[in-house]
Amino acid sequence: MTLTRDKKGVAGKAPYKVIGTRPLRPDGADKVTGKAVYGADVHLPAMLYGAMLRSPHAHARISSIDTSEAERVPGVKAVVTAADLPVIQDILTDLGEGVVNLRYTSNNVLAHDKVLYHGHAVAAVAATSTAIAEEAVKLIKVEYDLLPPVLDVLEAMKDDAPIILEDLRTTELGEKREGQTNIASHIQHRRGDLEQGFAAADIIVEREFRTGTVHQGYIEPHSAVGLYNDDGHVTVWCSTQGAFGIRNQVSELLKLPVSDVTVIPTEIGGGFGGKLGVYLEPVVALLSKKAGHRPVKMTMNRTEVLQATGPTSASYIRVKMGATRDGKLTAAEAYLAYDAGAFPGSPVGSAAVVILAPYKLDHLLIDGYDVIVNKPRSAAYRAPGGTNAAYASEAVIDELAKIIGMDPLEFRLKNAVTEGDRRADGPVYARIGFVETLHAAQEHPHYRAPLEGKHRGRGVASGFWNNWGGRSSVSASINPDGSVNLLEGSPDIGGTRASIAMQLAETMEIAYEDVHPRVVDTDSVGYNDATGGSRTTFGTGWAAYEVGLKLIDEMKRQAADLLEVDLESIAYENGIFSSNGDSLGFKEIAERIDESGHPVVASASVHPEEFGPGFGTHIVDVEVDPETGKVEILRYTAVQDVGKAIHPSYVEGQLHGGVAQGVGWALNEEYVYDDEGHLLNASFLDYRIPTALDLPMIDTVLVEVANPGHPFGVRGVGETPIVPPAGAVANAIYDAIGVRMTTLPMSPGTILEALWAQEES
Amino acid sequence: MADRVIVNTSINGEEATLLCEPRQTLLEVLREGLRLTGTKEGCSNGNCGACNVLLDGVLVNSCLVLAVEAEGRSVTTIEGIALPEGLHPLQQKFLEHAALQCGICTPGFIISAKALLEENPSPTEEEVRFWLAGNLCRCTGYDKIVRAVLDTAEAAPSVGSFGGETP
Amino acid sequence: MQAFDFATPTTVAEAVELLMGRNGDARILSGGTDLIAQLKEGRRTTSLVVDVKRIPEVTELRYHPESGLKLGAAVPCVVLYGDKEIVAAYPGLIDSATLIGGKQIQGRASFGGNLCNASPAADSIPAMIVHSASCLIAGPDGQRSVAVEAFCTGPGQTVLRDGEFLVAIHMPAPPVRFGAHYLRFIPRNEMDIAVVGAGASVVLDEAGERFEQARVALGAVAPTPLLVAEAGEYLAGKPVSEDVVDEAARLAKEAARPIDDMRGSVRQRKHLSAVLTRRALWKAIERARG
Repeated sequence: MTLTRDKKGVAGKAPYKVIGTRPLRPDGADKVTGKAVYGADVHLPAMLYGAMLRSPHAHARISSIDTSEAERVPGVKAVVTAADLPVIQDILTDLGEGVVNLRYTSNNVLAHDKVLYHGHAVAAVAATSTAIAEEAVKLIKVEYDLLPPVLDVLEAMKDDAPIILEDLRTTELGEKREGQTNIASHIQHRRGDLEQGFAAADIIVEREFRTGTVHQGYIEPHSAVGLYNDDGHVTVWCSTQGAFGIRNQVSELLKLPVSDVTVIPTEIGGGFGGKLGVYLEPVVALLSKKAGHRPVKMTMNRTEVLQATGPTSASYIRVKMGATRDGKLTAAEAYLAYDAGAFPGSPVGSAAVVILAPYKLDHLLIDGYDVIVNKPRSAAYRAPGGTNAAYASEAVIDELAKIIGMDPLEFRLKNAVTEGDRRADGPVYARIGFVETLHAAQEHPHYRAPLEGKHRGRGVASGFWNNWGGRSSVSASINPDGSVNLLEGSPDIGGTRASIAMQLAETMEIAYEDVHPRVVDTDSVGYNDATGGSRTTFGTGWAAYEVGLKLIDEMKRQAADLLEVDLESIAYENGIFSSNGDSLGFKEIAERIDESGHPVVASASVHPEEFGPGFGTHIVDVEVDPETGKVEILRYTAVQDVGKAIHPSYVEGQLHGGVAQGVGWALNEEYVYDDEGHLLNASFLDYRIPTALDLPMIDTVLVEVANPGHPFGVRGVGETPIVPPAGAVANAIYDAIGVRMTTLPMSPGTILEALWAQEES
Repeated sequence: MADRVIVNTSINGEEATLLCEPRQTLLEVLREGLRLTGTKEGCSNGNCGACNVLLDGVLVNSCLVLAVEAEGRSVTTIEGIALPEGLHPLQQKFLEHAALQCGICTPGFIISAKALLEENPSPTEEEVRFWLAGNLCRCTGYDKIVRAVLDTAEAAPSVGSFGGETP
Repeated sequence: MQAFDFATPTTVAEAVELLMGRNGDARILSGGTDLIAQLKEGRRTTSLVVDVKRIPEVTELRYHPESGLKLGAAVPCVVLYGDKEIVAAYPGLIDSATLIGGKQIQGRASFGGNLCNASPAADSIPAMIVHSASCLIAGPDGQRSVAVEAFCTGPGQTVLRDGEFLVAIHMPAPPVRFGAHYLRFIPRNEMDIAVVGAGASVVLDEAGERFEQARVALGAVAPTPLLVAEAGEYLAGKPVSEDVVDEAARLAKEAARPIDDMRGSVRQRKHLSAVLTRRALWKAIERARG
């Protein structure tokens, strides 16, 4: 893909008419009136309802499954187990935020020979009502031989740890090793001479960090409807971030040609990375096949969502950094062990990139380990791996700055990467805006405001996310009234219909209201990677830009015909096609398309590589109650280089959401397991995501350093803002009470313990 | 199976006669029976507010109400909030303030905010946050939601201007 | 959810008869915020749900400055804090009413339900204890009254016998220079189960400088909500001072016998028992002084 420059000149610098405004979203009325159809809202004629039997154990061999009694329940139409799944070989597929092996996915959607976590799906029932399906599920008899579970990442790495997957072998720096293990892989990045780097340091800080398992916490549970038709064609309606990814996974898992699977994405009630992989989709298709080709709907309850989907890795991280007294980092060493849940694929790879990405370093060593444990398979969660990593590194950066006695933003400025610097894992940065975020933070009234009162503190932290390009396709046609229908394949989770339509309108110099975007199914538009990796406004917006150029070219041809002039003489500006004094308006031509007998349609696909990373710097004020250990967020400011904010309200919203999730992770969110591996807090009561009363207004500063790799300068914005909050809050807590918190979440109990330990020492 | 029960109720101002099993929640009957799927199920145990409706004008979680309890009472769902002339001011302000991202929690928030403004037409930010604490949103960090509610109150400070179907 | 029958009696006698007909298997439905969730999750079972909200005594709310408050067992929180006189007279009760769940829970949840659910961490129970509340119970043998602090016998367990149900709660009218407060500690600012809850009420002398009476109660630190009689006895007659309040808080900490669970550790809960008792007492004192 070669870069097509915006004809107005330098990317991101043009005076735009539509970009930068704040129009209402096209799907808005449906979503505020309850008409929008989400996953669980799909209803088909003759539909059956499914329910899942899940493992009560964290680790056990399945010795037998007897479904006969369940099958006899009146109203039960089908029961499936893993025996109904085709046997498949290793197939690696990129879901958008991480590569997975579909053999493991098959094992995850219905447990094969062992159950590997509490809540692992074992069997499914389809019946004429949910109540009947749930009753029947209870009648399925499963005999388990219990095995010892291992839940902690470091425990799982030990030689004598219980083995979870018998066939797993460590990939050690790219080479397969012999012997059973829970360590799926070890990766490493190194540069320079670590010893020399630390020798040059005046101060060295080394700390260990632990972070707990957290969930994406989308409010909409997973839901899917499957129809395995009499002709062999499978249609799945589901709430997903990527319909094509679901199509491909269903096709591979059920060994069907991809053309025999259609996925119709519904509206999606939040994903944050957790709705990329399949859970229910292959199962409802199998149930439908067995149930006489009737459609089957299955919707998880909240307990199932927390037990069996999503979470992101708990981790152990050790960071050592050295700096000179004048504030120059000399060396850094990081060790990251991330638990992947029951199957390989933790985000330790991206964590190893994030952890030192903001800083210039001549000497560094990063080791990352992907480790399996008896917890649900980890899924991507907004900047996968990044929050844990930055929590550790930003705390050490803060500690160094404090020891040196330098302002923490100044310290970061002295070491901040800029264009031409090499990232820890190798690539060279193009134009980036990290320094600009640090300057904007320094100048912000929040940072300059005095912070008064006891037990109050201010913290800052920065964060990086690489973003993603991916593949996007769109199709468009011009209506006789001069409006444009735009067909996209990117599920709209946070206003991307608007941000993509705005880019098309800007390209075509038409009104935003004249673009009618639709998110369509996998049969109706070219391939699209998932809405993930902060790519949709960037990548699908770019496809819209390309299709806009094509539509204008086609309209020029129509104008040339109508004006009876050479195509080359046609100019287009401000909605007017002109040639030597004659002109026709865009809408005039559109009206006459029928008479010219030549409908105007176009398609475009892009696969951009220069997606441009995002950097953010956050400032937070907290107050700690030293008697209870509770942390109150008093004030929060998020500064981020967003490239170009297409729809500033939605960009602000992404920053707000990232901060809120990051603060939840920082203070209260975690999976609580007992020693046998049972998840104890699988509800929104005890898995504590922030409420409206737990957060203040969140101030945002959108720094716009145009991405030279995009026609409008867009950078992905959604993920970067979840990277800094945990580190910023930890640094603020230190400022407030003088305690360095090294575990996430920094819950009241852990803060009290830390305060007691401080008193006692 | 227990006997089904006939339930006479009013939903969004229209009389409705439902045939319910006692075990069915109001949420289930609204969604599965009446296909009023604007009321969402997020947790099904009263911890997220996505299923909020007004029962005789009082804010409740419809997942924690049995459908049979609606006998002789009136239910207002998100489908009954818009005014004859267009969107309810709260709905309009939610759009203008970009107070929704994925939108799954939005019906619950709008119902909840409507109940708030009927009781307290000029709430402070703190009062809005307190009132809305039973509605979880994972996308927005609540910032734009709180602004949308405050702005609605400011634009139409008297209860009477809200209209709608609430008795 | 499992299948069950449903009944809506309109008199106390009818309700008792329905309960007797099921040999202890029937469940009373008030606000449903605990019962319906528990039935869904299979934590409780039943063959009959008895909705008592059409029985006048159960939904009655009556306050008289001399006889006190009669609070029907099914009156939802939202009704309670809508009444200005009650808000002024029973501040500790109102504190707890505004803490239970969110607004949408308060629209349904009742004090009677909170009591009968008998959670050790119930917010309203310590509040009712410090307001010296008693329970009016109806059953096949007529009516009886039990002090709130004696009502719960264990987690999810109460003194109610087969065929009995809670009709109303009575709270005496507060004396002059009375103040009360309930607060709890939770990790978030709303929507949590108390790690520890503490209620306190005081009656001060005319100068507002000496305790005439006091009551302290704790939640989530024992199998049932706990009246800390030692603290009340200690405070009676003592001057209002930091040392005295601290000593009462220490007595509360001594009385607490919590467990370790995912919501808190023993040490944290013991510690919080003292912290919250102290805070509850000072707020109650402030209110008593007016």
